[in-house]
Amino acid sequence: MSKELQINYSNELPKKLLDEVNEVVKSKKLNASQKMKLLEEVKKTYLNSNYNPGDVIGILAAQSISEPATQMTMRTYHFAGTAGLKVTYGLPRLIEIFDAKKNPETPTMTILLKSSHNSAEGAKKFAENIVEKKIENAVDKVFINLNDSSIDIELIDKKKNNKAAQLINEGIKDIEAKTKGNKISIIFKGEINIKELTKIKEKIMLIHFEGIPNVINAIVRKENDDWVVNTVGTNLGSILERDEVNIQKTVTNDIQETANILGIEAARNLIISETMKTMQEQGLEVDIRHIMLLSDTITFDGGIMSIGRYGVAGAKSSVLSKAAFEETIKHLVKASIHKESDNFQGIFENVMIGQVIPSGTGMFDLIAKSEDDDE
Amino acid sequence: MVRADVFVDGKYMGSSESPKKIVETIKEKRRTGNITEQINVAYHPHLEEVKVTTDIGRVRRPLIIIENGKSKFTDEVYENLKENKIKWSDLIKTGIIEYLDSEEEENSYIAIKEENVTKNHTHLELDPSTILGFSASFIPYAEYDRGDRVNYGAKMVGQSIGIFSTNFLERTDTKSNVMVYPQEPIVQTNAHKIINYQSHPNGMNLIIAVGCYEGYNIEDAVIINKSSLERGVLWSYLYRTYEAEQKRYLGGQEDKMGIPEAGIKGYMGEDAYKQLSEDGIINPEEKINNEGVLIGKMSPLRFLGTMDQFITGVENIRETSVKLRYGDKGIVDRVFLSESTEGNKIIKTVIRDLKVPEIGDKLASRHGQKGIIGLIVPAEDMPFTEEGIVPDIIFNPHGIPSRMTMGKLLEIIAGKVAALSGEKITSSIFNPVPENEIRSRLEKHGYNNDGKEKMFDGRTGEELESEIFIGNIFYQKLDHLVSNKIHARSRGPVTLLTKQPTEGRSKEGGLRLGEMEKDCLIAHGAALTLKERFDSDKTPVPICTECGFVAIEDKIKNKYFCTICGNSKITEIEISYAFKLMLDELKSMLIYPKIVMKEE
Repeated sequence: MSKELQINYSNELPKKLLDEVNEVVKSKKLNASQKMKLLEEVKKTYLNSNYNPGDVIGILAAQSISEPATQMTMRTYHFAGTAGLKVTYGLPRLIEIFDAKKNPETPTMTILLKSSHNSAEGAKKFAENIVEKKIENAVDKVFINLNDSSIDIELIDKKKNNKAAQLINEGIKDIEAKTKGNKISIIFKGEINIKELTKIKEKIMLIHFEGIPNVINAIVRKENDDWVVNTVGTNLGSILERDEVNIQKTVTNDIQETANILGIEAARNLIISETMKTMQEQGLEVDIRHIMLLSDTITFDGGIMSIGRYGVAGAKSSVLSKAAFEETIKHLVKASIHKESDNFQGIFENVMIGQVIPSGTGMFDLIAKSEDDDE
Repeated sequence: MVRADVFVDGKYMGSSESPKKIVETIKEKRRTGNITEQINVAYHPHLEEVKVTTDIGRVRRPLIIIENGKSKFTDEVYENLKENKIKWSDLIKTGIIEYLDSEEEENSYIAIKEENVTKNHTHLELDPSTILGFSASFIPYAEYDRGDRVNYGAKMVGQSIGIFSTNFLERTDTKSNVMVYPQEPIVQTNAHKIINYQSHPNGMNLIIAVGCYEGYNIEDAVIINKSSLERGVLWSYLYRTYEAEQKRYLGGQEDKMGIPEAGIKGYMGEDAYKQLSEDGIINPEEKINNEGVLIGKMSPLRFLGTMDQFITGVENIRETSVKLRYGDKGIVDRVFLSESTEGNKIIKTVIRDLKVPEIGDKLASRHGQKGIIGLIVPAEDMPFTEEGIVPDIIFNPHGIPSRMTMGKLLEIIAGKVAALSGEKITSSIFNPVPENEIRSRLEKHGYNNDGKEKMFDGRTGEELESEIFIGNIFYQKLDHLVSNKIHARSRGPVTLLTKQPTEGRSKEGGLRLGEMEKDCLIAHGAALTLKERFDSDKTPVPICTECGFVAIEDKIKNKYFCTICGNSKITEIEISYAFKLMLDELKSMLIYPKIVMKEE
């Protein structure tokens, strides 16, 4: 009997709910008829909590997110004096996510390692390896030789001389870098004055030497049983290429980068998790479904749209409701030049002209068959 | 050698190698009376600047001079001052007290109390209470309150109704409140004595019990005794002045005072003017209600050349009488006749309205503890003590813990002692009558030293389970009376331009259902409620089916037609007038908003 029931309800209730019900049944040792009663109650509650046709889910989501967000400005916690990485918290971070900023203020990656490297030493070594070093970080001494217009560089680690010379040759045109003893000597082709010489010296100093570009710093932390590497700066593409990295669990907080490397679905999930994280840090609870709707709206066209006049709000079809939001004149002029029309299908346009809005109870009409039709 | 720049009133005067000497010299000459005492001088070593200031508008304050760690205000000076042998001005002339401005204050080291004076100090405060401003100095036991509460309390002292000026009967302020039976607080501060407080008090001493009463004093509300109100507690008068001027206009025309003649523009009917006497002015002690006429006046029409005057033959004047404000009532208190600076006749009428405290009026003690009246209870239903004392107000204890206004509790006990002993208690900030002394004095009068008393429920006569904290406190009535604010509307005037309801109580306006409120209705799916709330300006508008413009109605021929294309196929639709206005504005911007309609 119970199996039959299971099959019946599995069409109507989500699997997670059924699993939970089964757990309760097990722990409370309910018999079959009790279980059926419970399932009936669960079903009732479940159907009650569903949205109904005509419910304005967009506005409900907007209100459910923005009401807690107003509290956020009032009590933004400051983590004064705590060690660790600086990360944007609270309202500034929310704005960053929703405005689809190209470069987040504090880009950071959370890197998890494969089990073979999941140890204090392994993580530490990895962290040291990924931090970007430029030539200037590896250099011990630099001389500008005015006699023959050349630059001599001495590295801290002399074994890497050849590599450095090669990188310099690749990085800057019209020069030749060669290893000479424990020095790298750089000779210029053609005439050069001191000003240009110092300029080129500075250019050489900024050439990427080793590590992963854009990773400015990396800190090792223990989280539960795992060793986690947090970075300042993000470069997800290069990090995922490393053998030590657990590809499934490593994330960045740069949504744009995630979309480029892992695809738009990953970006959607990142928006959800980042928004939830930001809210929870402030002690605010928002139902995840509201944020999922928002995240879907941001990403549904395959790219990342901002919430605002250049993104979601700008994509409205109605001229009047766009003009009522921001940049009134621009939209009116554009509409009149292109002979646009407004079909009054949205909510705001209908509020504007004083008509019944096409949502909620206004979404439905009563269609009665008159006797004349039958004839 | 660095030379210090010398500035006088911000102007560069020269430089000096010995800036300190300049400062010393000026100070000494000022103190000995050789130069004016209104000069201030300061030396800023980090900037190498000497600044001498003499200009007007500086804020300066008096301080006692200290030399070599000793106050110059000695006991001898004090005795002389007490016996009126010397005056304040003598103290300044003899260099005992001097005035500092903010610049010179930076160079000074000021002791707050005399016992704190060290050799390094240069000045001594006249009294520690000078830390407070005018309003805050009226708060007793202020040092026992949290700082922000003193701040709020000071702000509310400024809003309290009292006697703001002793000549209020001669004045014609636009609006003023005067308390009927104000009192001097029995727990007061030195400030009350200094400013001659008796001539303009601002509250009353009431008996307060701290407790609850049927939940009518939740959220800072207070319960008030009906019999107390009937005896005149916290009564006040609202005086409002209405003014009319007999103006002269270009072309020899002028306003005319008197009862408006029937038939002129805006005439309101004979009944409206029946309270006016022959000269068109209302008589003193006449009762007047909502929008009643106070001063009859007629003015020439604002625009000449309208067809009306030729067609109808009506006289070229309109009614411009001065009426009572919407929602006001009262009794005519005084009528003044005068002349303006241009020689025009001016009539001022002062209306008085008695404001007996009612539910919703705002009261406050002096400790930042405000609340509104939540219920008026007959005396027989109020709790009473063993002696039969019935409190005037019941204050909710929940107002105390989070606000921590211990000063209020001390004032209640001190007030009780003062009332029992018949002496005022003076308890200025940093110099209070100690709590122990108050308590022991209360005990001597036969009461619990914590101010609590056994009380009985007035309705049942049963003893209340716990003892109640009861005592005397000074309460103020603040200038936020419900009767001046209450407002509601169902139908009413609309603005000419948009046909939407007017805004504001004085114009009998509606309450705006704003953008966010609109969103709430949408979120509830209440489409028809939303439409109902937003159709205040709905209008039937005839639209041309061909060109989509707003058509017109010819009332004489009873015909609709389009003025643009001459078409007479017109459909009437119902839209908000504001939208029709927007269409007009778009047209004026050379945008053609064509309305296309669908058959339903």
